[in-house]
Formats: sequence, C-alpha cells, structure tokens
Amino acid sequence: MSSEHIVGIDLGTTNSLVAFMQGDTPVVMPGEDGSNLVPSVVALDARNQPVIGNAARGALIATPDRAVYSIKRLMGRGVDDVQEELKFFPFRLAPDLQPGEVLRIQLGEKTFTPPEISALILRQLKRNAERFFGGPVTKAVITVPAYFNDAQRQATKDAGRIAGLEVLRLVNEPTAASLAYGLDKKQNGVVAVYDLGGGTFDISILKLHDGIFEVVATNGDTHLGGDDIDNLLITIALDDIRGDLGLDLRKNAEAVQAIRKAVIEAKISLSSQIAVKLEIELPGGQRYQREITREQFEQLVQPIIERTVGPCKQALKDAALKPEQIDEVVLVGGSTRIPKVRALVKELFHREPHTDLNPDEVVALGAAVQANILGGGSEATQNMLLLDVTPLSLGIEVAGGVTDKIILRNSTIPASATQFYTTQIDGQANVAIHVLQGERELAKDCRSLARFDLKGIPAMAAGIPRVEVKFLIDANGILHVSAREQRSGKEAEIQVQPSYGLTDEQVESMILDSLDSAEEDFRQRQLIEARNEAGTILAALEKGKQSAAWSRLTSDEKKKIARMEKALNQVKAEDDYQAIRKAVEALNQGTTRLAELMMDTAVSSVLKGKTMDEADLGEGPAAPHPVAKAEFE
Amino acid sequence: MRTLHFCEACGKVQPPAPVDYFTFFGLPRKLKMDVAALDRDFYQLSRKLHPDINARAGSHEQEWSLQQTSRLNDAHRTLKDPIKRTQYLLKLEGVELEEQSKSATEQARETGQLKKQIVPPDLLEEVFELNMQLEELRGNKKMGEDDPALIEEIGRQKLELEEKHDELLRELEAHWEQWDALVDREQGGQSVVEDERKKALSPLVDVLNRRNYIRNLVRDVAEVLES
Repeated sequence: MSSEHIVGIDLGTTNSLVAFMQGDTPVVMPGEDGSNLVPSVVALDARNQPVIGNAARGALIATPDRAVYSIKRLMGRGVDDVQEELKFFPFRLAPDLQPGEVLRIQLGEKTFTPPEISALILRQLKRNAERFFGGPVTKAVITVPAYFNDAQRQATKDAGRIAGLEVLRLVNEPTAASLAYGLDKKQNGVVAVYDLGGGTFDISILKLHDGIFEVVATNGDTHLGGDDIDNLLITIALDDIRGDLGLDLRKNAEAVQAIRKAVIEAKISLSSQIAVKLEIELPGGQRYQREITREQFEQLVQPIIERTVGPCKQALKDAALKPEQIDEVVLVGGSTRIPKVRALVKELFHREPHTDLNPDEVVALGAAVQANILGGGSEATQNMLLLDVTPLSLGIEVAGGVTDKIILRNSTIPASATQFYTTQIDGQANVAIHVLQGERELAKDCRSLARFDLKGIPAMAAGIPRVEVKFLIDANGILHVSAREQRSGKEAEIQVQPSYGLTDEQVESMILDSLDSAEEDFRQRQLIEARNEAGTILAALEKGKQSAAWSRLTSDEKKKIARMEKALNQVKAEDDYQAIRKAVEALNQGTTRLAELMMDTAVSSVLKGKTMDEADLGEGPAAPHPVAKAEFE
Repeated sequence: MRTLHFCEACGKVQPPAPVDYFTFFGLPRKLKMDVAALDRDFYQLSRKLHPDINARAGSHEQEWSLQQTSRLNDAHRTLKDPIKRTQYLLKLEGVELEEQSKSATEQARETGQLKKQIVPPDLLEEVFELNMQLEELRGNKKMGEDDPALIEEIGRQKLELEEKHDELLRELEAHWEQWDALVDREQGGQSVVEDERKKALSPLVDVLNRRNYIRNLVRDVAEVLES
C-alpha cells in the first residue's frame, strides 16, 4: 500500500472541504483557523496576493471588486452561457475577451480564468492537508455535480492540475454521498440522493448491494441552488429599499454584498425560527429593517424549490422505479436544511429523509472513501466499487442539424460507441465531426462538446475510406476520441477544439508551481527577519531615551532620530522587507552618536566598524574633528 | 468459451480481445437469456476489471482495464435488453433492419430528411386512416380550430398503437425459440444450412421492423398532439 496520502476534496459552490480515510473512518481535515469548511471565496489583497476562504469573506463587502464567490457557476462555460449568471452575480468579465476565448474574470487589476480561481481554493485545501499530515499531498479525488457536462468536468481537472494535484478520479457528488452513507450503514437497498447545494441540484438513484454502489439513473439542474434563493431575497430587499427609502442600490457593490450577507443569515435562521428580523446598515447611514416569517419565506422560494421536482420524477422514470421502491432518501447540501425542502422530499418519495449525516461534509467524506478505494486502502473499503453513469446523452451532429445519439444517458461508464465515416470528395483528407451532449433532437438545442477534425485520411476516391471513430467516456465522465482509417490501418489525427476549455498548453502555463511559493516563502522569511531587526533597534532606542546620554543630544539630533523612528514604525507595519531594512539602517546611522554616548567610553574604530567620517556625530553634516572625542569625556 | 480477461497465473488484466459481446461473457449466441446470471457475471467481472480497482497497476494495465470495462459495460447493456440483444444478434449475423440500412441512412444524411419506412402490410389501413386524421388535426391547428372529438379519437388510436408496440415484444420472444434451437443443434455437432438460418432470422427482422415503424408513428402522433 502506498504511503502517500490520497485525499478526497469537495470543491463546492459555497464551501470546500478536504478529507481522508483515517483507518476505517473518513475524516475532514480542518484549516489553520480550525474550521472544517473553507468558503469558496477568493480575494486579492492590496498587494495582489490571493486570500482564500474565511479570510476572504470580509473582502466581499469591503473590496467587492477584488473578490469573487461561487466561481463554480462559471466553470466550463462560455461567454454566452454566463449572461444569465451575470444578471445576478457580480462577476466582472475581462474587458478584452475575444469571442471563443476562455472566460476570464476581473479581480482588482488582474484577470483569471475560472479554473485558476478554483485552483487557488484547491491549493488552500492542499496546504491544509499537508499541514495535517506533515508531508506532501499530490493526489486527490475531486467531486463534481453528477449533472456536470464534459467541459465542466475538464475544467475541474484543469483546476486540480494548476493547483499541483494529480486528479485520480472525478466522482459525482451524490455518488460520493452514497459512499459515505453506505460505509456507515452497510445495508443493501435502493437509495435516492437528493443534493441541493449552493449552485447545483442533483438527484441520483442507486442500488447498493454487497459493496457495489450502482447508479441506476441521475438527473439534475446545474443552474439551481441556494444561490438562487439568496438572489431572490436580495432582489426583494433592493426593491423594498427603493420603494421605502427611495434608494436604488443595485449598482452599489458594497451595499449589495452587505444585503447578501444579511439575507443569507436570515435564511439560515428561518430554518430553526418562525420569524426573523432583517437589519441592514445602508450607505448614507440609513437602516433597512424588515421582518420575515417562515411562511412568507416559504411562499417566496416555492417556485425555486419546485424546480427540483421535474428532475426527480424523470430520474425515477429512467430508473423504472416508483417512489415506494426507494428504501432511503439521503439529503446532501446546506440547502436541504430548509424545512420546506425536507417537506418536498418527503412528499416526493413518501418517506422521511435520512438526516443523520452532516449535509455539509458528507460529499467530502465520500470522496475520501473513493480515494481510499483507489489507493487500495483499508479493510472497510476492500469490497467497495462504484459503478457510475453518464448523465447526458452523447450525440453527433448529422446532416439536417439533427443529433444522432450514440451513447444514451444513464449508460454505465466507462462506455463507448463506434461510428464510421467516409469522404464526399475524391482525395478528401479531413472530416469534421461535431460532438454534442444533451437530450434534444436538434443539434442547436444540445450542448456543443467539441469539434473534431479527423486529419490525415489517406487520399482515396470519395466514399472509399472507412474511418472508424471510437468515442469513449472514461470513469471520470470525460470523452476521449480515437480514429483509424480501416483500409490503410492508419491512425487518423484528431484535433480537438474544446468548445469552452483550456488547451493543454494553457494549463501548463498556469500551473502554480513550487517556484511560485518558494519565492513567497523566501519573501516571508526576509520580512520576518527585517521586522526582528527593526524590533531590536527600536528597543535599543527606547533604552537610549531613558539613559543620561539622551539629554546630551542636540534638539536637532533628537528631531532627526524621532523622524527616523516614525518612518521605521511605518514601514515595519507593511510588508516590504527591503524598505524596512533601509529604515533600520537609517535609524542605525542616526543613533550612532547616542550609542557612543551610552557606551561611555572613548570612541574607537571598534564602534560598529564605523569610521569617524561615516558616523553622524554632531551638528550639521561636517566631518568631526578627530579631537572631538576628547570632548565627550 | 469465455474470453481470457485475466492472466490465469498472476491475475493481471489482459489487453482486450476483439470478440463479440456473447463471447465476452462466454455465452452462446442464443436469444433467450438468464438475465440474473448475466448480471451476476457482470458484477463479478466489474470487480476485477474496473479502472478504480486497477488504479495502482502499471499504465498498460490501466489502459487495458479502461478498454475492457467499457466493453464489459457495452456488452452488458446490449445483452440485458431483449430488443437490443435481438438487434445485436441480427447485426452479428449480417442482417440489417430497414431503418438501419446503410443506403437509407446515407440518403437521410444527404437530404436531411427522416428515413422513410415501408408500411407493414397488416397496418396499412390503420396507418392510412390515422394519417388522414393527423392531416385534419394539423389543418385545424393552423386555422386555430378545435375539434375535441378528433383529438380524443387520435388519442385512443395512439394508445392502441402503444399496446401493439408492447405486444410485439412478446411476439419477438416467441420467435427466439426457433433461432435458439438452431444454435443448440450446431453446438450438438449438427450442421445448419444457410436457408434454415435465414428462416429463423427473418421473423425477428419482421417483428422489429413493425415495432420500429409503430414507435416512429406514435412519436409523430405525439408531436402533432402536443403542438
């Protein structure tokens, strides 16, 4: 068994976690602040250094143009898709985005692709794990919503790579949750996992038998979660404020974030209280106050929660199961704490949902279990195996703009399909293939996955070449394509233009390598040392001020020393170690005479190695008379 | 004879052999299937072949386990479903269904039209009448007129067709025996003439063609009703 630790990571819309299998039990590893949850919030501080997690939350309100949350909503998406998101989320797209370019968002003066932002969160989790183990962590299992498409999955893998992690497997979130549940219960049966997170909704139905976790059907909505509830409440509050107080705060980023913070707190309170008071300090000193009852809240969010019903019914239909045939419903995701959601689940599945497991942690715990399976770990996972499915049908665009489905949704993965292509013109060397994901009939209604160009087809008469193209969806749910011209046996070259993704070269260039952090570490060390030096000389100065020698300085000398002391105190609080060193040196120079006086001995060349004309010994910049020292006695 | 998926000595995953789905599971090419046994075999093979279980193996084994498992899944999916199983067998035996014939597909690709199918003789009258009704309904909808009686009648016919569609599965299963008997004879050492083979396969083709036709028709009706 490898001694290297493979960790399980839940890269969530709202919060992220890292966990591992400790013996037979999965355990979440906390951050330095002791918190198990790392908020998926990234900010740039004043020096453009990234700040992640709890430390970044304050930035959302204080410097909203330098902070971002819910970046998962942008992973694997193109400029067109995110127009909807932009309406409700303060994502600032880079102004120089070209059509067809990978999305970039603005944080302060810099721009980042969504995988780079996610990589910063992953790197934080990596560091938390390394701190826990006292050793390096380079391999991970990362979870994704079951309903994530190919581009979204690839983006997640890219993020892992940029963060310096080898992503051994992407696991679907509901499946991961079922692993944590199954490990706990060790029972056979049919389980439905209802996962309502910050930004995505998944419903998966699994058969558990003898350690095999077999997904039968999965469905969901990658645009549905707690964030939508928050946005609805924010909109209402903004309208209210405009109506009551005549203030239109929609463009005021700080105000919107303050409102957001307040409505989230209110939403959470309403899960345990019948009514709550919303109180927000607005710019200009005005206060917005409003009472919300649980009943009002439930009425407001009903249409949002209702959107989970369709996918649930479709999943049951695809599984050919009735609600009565489900043995257990497991709830995952913070939003499932809302009483109305639980009531809806109860109604849909005709039973009380299972709420023993912590809905915030269960996915990370399950990822740790899968990490353990891959690493061949403990006895507990010896007989466990995940059999997952692809959530969306894979199709090829054919003449007439129609989708020809070649791998159907809910097919167990890995899965493959083979198609044959030929040429239309004599000597044609390339064939273009457009691959799509989705259930609709027309290609334009499906999601474009990639366009492939089959190149290097040997020159033959039209219709003669027989190119066998193999489509393989791997265990991560990601598509691979290979092609071979059968008559010549030649492997056709495939050039992939991913519709929304980064190329390998781009990912390579983004890797947050050790060089980066080594530089950072060096800088930190220098800073600490410089600050220590500053502390030493300032302490010595204090002593000097108490001594008899102090009164023997001229007032000009004292003023000069005071100036330098002030300057040093100022830079000491900042983090430019070179500036601190300079200020220390300056003060050192400025207090040489004081030091001499305090020594109460004849000035000699031993004095800090300074020569007479270097030391600032008297009034004015004139070099002292060598005889001057005799005057000190 | 089952394909050797693992080395008998060391248990390591082997490169996938280009065998058909039946051979992959060590099954004869028979249409009647013990699905429970197939599932059991499937799970057993999954436990050994799956990439997750072979994650610590060398890179060759990892690649082979990916190929093997995708083949395993494809084979299981195909053989488990009675219709897919029958269609697959026909394909192995070199028999094409109407819908799937290459020329029909190519023509469809070129013209962008949906493939036309020959109407099964026993349905001629029904189809004729139904098409008339659909025309009428389309016309009504264009004019914005409503004819609930017509809609009800069409709905009723749709239900009938759906029932017929389901019945055809049972008819198909009844024809399996003839083919399976030939396979048994061959396995018993007797030879089977090409004619007999064709005779056993053709009712299968016929039933599947009719079933496909009805499925497409039901889909067309549903489209008009919902528009």
